[in-house]
Amino acid sequence: MATLKLLIAVSIVYVVFLFCVAFAADRAARQGRGAWLRSPLIYTLSLSIYCTAWTFYGAVGFAARSGLEYLTIYLGPTLVMIGWWWSLRKLVRIGRAQRITSIADMISSRYGKSNLLAVIVTLIAVIGTTPYIALQLQSVSLSFAAFAETERGLVDAGAVQDTALYVALGLVVFTILFGTRNLDANERHHGVVIAIALEAIVKLLALLAVGVFVVWGLSDGIVHTLERIDASQIADWEVSPSRWTGLTLVSAAAFLCLPRMFQVMVVENEDEGHLRTASWAFPVYLMLISLFVVPIAAVGLEVMPTGANPDLFVLKLPLLAGQEGLAILSFLGGFSSATSMVVVAAIALSTMVSNHIVMPIWLRATGGTATISGDVRQVALLARRLSIAGIVLLGYVYFSLSGGGTALAAIGLVAFVGVSQFLPALMGGLFWRGATRTGALAGLCTGFVVWLYCLFLPSFGPGVLLPQSVFDAGPLGLGWLRPYALFGAEGMDSVVHAVMWSLLLNTAAFIIGSILSFPSPMERLQGAQFVNVFEHSRTAGSWSGGMAQSEDLLIMSQRIMGAREAQALFADMARRQGLSGYLPEPSPEFLERLERELSGSVGAATAHAMISQIIGRAAVSVEDLLAVADETAQIMEYSSQLEAKSEEQARTARQLREANKLLTQLSLQKDEFLSQVSHELRTPMTSIRAFSEILRDTSELGPEAQQKYSSIIHDESRRLTRLLDDLLDLSVLESGKVTLNTQSGRLGDMLDRAVAATSGDPGLHIIRETAQEDVWLTTDHDRLAQVFINLIANARKYCDAPEPRLTIQPRMQDGRLVVDFSDNGSGIAMADHGLIFEKFSRIGETKTSGAGLGLAICREIMARLGGTISYLPGQKGATFRVVLPVETRLAAQ
Amino acid sequence: MKPAKSVFLERRSYRRRRMGDAAVLLPLFGTVLLLIPLLWQSAEGGARTTDVMLYIFGVWALLAGLARLVSGYLEVGPAAGTEEGVVEPSHEGPG
Amino acid sequence: MGKLVLLIEDEPNIIEAISFILSRDGWEVKTHSNGHDAMDVVRARRPDLVILDVMLPGRSGFDLLGDIRGDAALEALPVLMLTARGQRKDREMAEAAGVNRYMTKPFSNADVLEAVRDLVRE
Repeated sequence: MATLKLLIAVSIVYVVFLFCVAFAADRAARQGRGAWLRSPLIYTLSLSIYCTAWTFYGAVGFAARSGLEYLTIYLGPTLVMIGWWWSLRKLVRIGRAQRITSIADMISSRYGKSNLLAVIVTLIAVIGTTPYIALQLQSVSLSFAAFAETERGLVDAGAVQDTALYVALGLVVFTILFGTRNLDANERHHGVVIAIALEAIVKLLALLAVGVFVVWGLSDGIVHTLERIDASQIADWEVSPSRWTGLTLVSAAAFLCLPRMFQVMVVENEDEGHLRTASWAFPVYLMLISLFVVPIAAVGLEVMPTGANPDLFVLKLPLLAGQEGLAILSFLGGFSSATSMVVVAAIALSTMVSNHIVMPIWLRATGGTATISGDVRQVALLARRLSIAGIVLLGYVYFSLSGGGTALAAIGLVAFVGVSQFLPALMGGLFWRGATRTGALAGLCTGFVVWLYCLFLPSFGPGVLLPQSVFDAGPLGLGWLRPYALFGAEGMDSVVHAVMWSLLLNTAAFIIGSILSFPSPMERLQGAQFVNVFEHSRTAGSWSGGMAQSEDLLIMSQRIMGAREAQALFADMARRQGLSGYLPEPSPEFLERLERELSGSVGAATAHAMISQIIGRAAVSVEDLLAVADETAQIMEYSSQLEAKSEEQARTARQLREANKLLTQLSLQKDEFLSQVSHELRTPMTSIRAFSEILRDTSELGPEAQQKYSSIIHDESRRLTRLLDDLLDLSVLESGKVTLNTQSGRLGDMLDRAVAATSGDPGLHIIRETAQEDVWLTTDHDRLAQVFINLIANARKYCDAPEPRLTIQPRMQDGRLVVDFSDNGSGIAMADHGLIFEKFSRIGETKTSGAGLGLAICREIMARLGGTISYLPGQKGATFRVVLPVETRLAAQ
Repeated sequence: MKPAKSVFLERRSYRRRRMGDAAVLLPLFGTVLLLIPLLWQSAEGGARTTDVMLYIFGVWALLAGLARLVSGYLEVGPAAGTEEGVVEPSHEGPG
Repeated sequence: MGKLVLLIEDEPNIIEAISFILSRDGWEVKTHSNGHDAMDVVRARRPDLVILDVMLPGRSGFDLLGDIRGDAALEALPVLMLTARGQRKDREMAEAAGVNRYMTKPFSNADVLEAVRDLVRE
């Protein structure tokens, strides 16, 4: 009695420990501290969920019944692992590139994101996995019963079932807790992975401990044990070659196709490099776990009473020898094997069920568009949680209905053959571009039906699901359709028979279907992406955006990914496109990335469908098809590199040409400028020289003429000085060496100054709006006043109205100060708008002595002050607009 | 112009390619080795289980060892072949 | 009455100065201050000499010179060109267009007078 209590206590402590470890790992990963969680060792250990309770207990039973044949179950995966370079590596690469969430997602993605395929794969997986989960529950409850039995004799069946129920419920809680924390199924479940890695160690240690105990405790070392093996009923090497090869093949296939293996191998994979370690470390693990199986079986057969279930030798041998501690360790090993398998299988299957069955139905039921329907994220999470509960409980129901009578190994093999039906579609899709959706569908369905008929249904025994008559004479008396002798293949082992026919017909249907059908563009595109994943890891897609509503996409993504993640993604993409805010242009790149992110949460097919609803349909562009059609992606890559290079050269040449043009232009401009300066200087000098010579050489000039000519000389000298001042001013401004004397001041004061400085000629009437002038500016007052003076002087000079008027109109616009200077003259001809701010550009006939530098100076000053000056066309007279940034306060008044 | 180092690099990438071939052939090799015991039972009296067991575990260890050896040469990840790119600039240094 | 000189120039002060100098020397001076209709004035006045500025509003002095040399009736008309742009390129252009004398501003009054006398005497 004490042992049983101890066992329960130890089990509870162990379970609590597992929860804590999972929780700690999850938290560490969340806080970014979990680098060790991503080690290749952890990856290798997580692969060990291949070894379930079927291995832990069943391998010994298998060996006791069929000798060394049990090894095939571990040799198949070993061959797959050491051949990782050409198969697993590709699988993992594609899984990561396409953000694959499950094997159903993988097959669906490969064949044009077909949801029908995903549904079929999911169904087969559920049907194949349910008995397997039942098997795990059974093994836990049987092992528990074995303990109870030694304590109190026989245990009633009800207690066994209760145990199974508690275990099932506990597993549901654990899986929901750590398997559905985040919707993104492509994200790693660190808590789960670390827990199963831990369980991997426990089960290996437990089995090794029992083995060591058997070899050195119950026997006298290795030699003695070998003798006992040779003396036992498994001594003779009489294996059927067909079973040996058939089982190796089917276990290799199942290793690749089991949903739970796909989950840990591809979906949870952190780094392709981990495969390198796993390629040898996992075979070693398998070897160690099989090492003591035969000794345990041989010694068990000899020691245990006849008729004892060899499936429980691992537990019962220590119990019989009174090694309770070892027995408890052994129990924990079996418990670990069973629970880790159920947890991962439930996660993998729930992802498939919710992504490929529940979500599509829900999306359709809620009227299509994901934007208007409720919170997709919550629905998806709920769907996944319910699926987990459903799948585990389905296993429990299967267990309680079947009564748990069948030998463990048999159930395991049936499930293996079932999931192996994925192999042709999966591997064919990886290596053969010609594989099509029709072919995959045909193959899967054919294989599935043959498996059901030849292995799954008969496995319940004659008369349960298939009547005895079908076994004896075939359905409707068709002898060639007998489930164990299909097409007259008599006398074969039933498993080998089923493997042969199902895979043979499956592959044949797959190939014939592929050859005869024609793939859709999306299939061809995805096919090329999968098969040539090493050449170009570019992802599929090619949405033709444009009509797309980024906002709708954001709303939808928020509901799937969560508001923060979605906004971060959108903002990031917008930034990459050089936009601010949260709404990027719906470019093909953006839509592809969005689809990939979404498919991490809801699977490729659903993500594709959801985006399609908003964007319209995904267009496969001509280039994409060309990429598919092009047999050698490398050539494409090479030529595109060449193209890029030649483009770059062309770009450089263009830049050089432009630079040269600019230099030539600058040189011309310099000549022109010098010539202009020369002209502007020589003209007043001509007058000065001419009149001073006249004054000097002409004696008979009257005082009036003398007066007149002297004032001409005086005016022209002033003009010359002004011109030189302007030129210096301009050159300082243009060189950018001007120092601004920035201070705060009122716009009205600056305008007052400008008006006062130009009030020499009362001809121009200036209209101001003093109420609007109460704006405070932080700027260089003298320079701004200079601009105003030039503009007022300009109006004075050029306004040709009979009663010239200048209106100065300041106002705030978009946080900037805008001052319009409009006169009532005839304005400036359209053709000259571009010229007026150029140096020496005097428009129209000269009637003034300006050098034509005023507006050029204005433009330079405004540029220095961070503003602009422009000619505003379309007004009645000439209107110049001065715009200044105002980072200042408005008037205090 | 090409220094001796680049010859070494070419050799190395050549070796890596051949190791890729080896990695592909390894499971085939393993399959053949694991099928060999099937031939033994035809012999008179058949082989003993322990002999076969020792043989298979021996092959198993051998395969794991070979896999470790071969995978050590293989480059993993999308950045395959970058090594040359990293090394090459170094022999431009001294001129 | 002296011979007629037509002065085509846009700077009012320079017009005044040249008019003064030539009038005092006994020339009759007519002035015109833009390039648009300068040719009409040349044809109407039939001057003995044209003094032509290069930078004129409307049409440049080079264009006008081309027209004068292109007109059979005016082929022999002496033209004195004044320019404020002292570049060699301009001088070459003027000579190619068939100018009789080319002077750079600012000029000495005596030089202008001498040039006018030389050109008309020829």
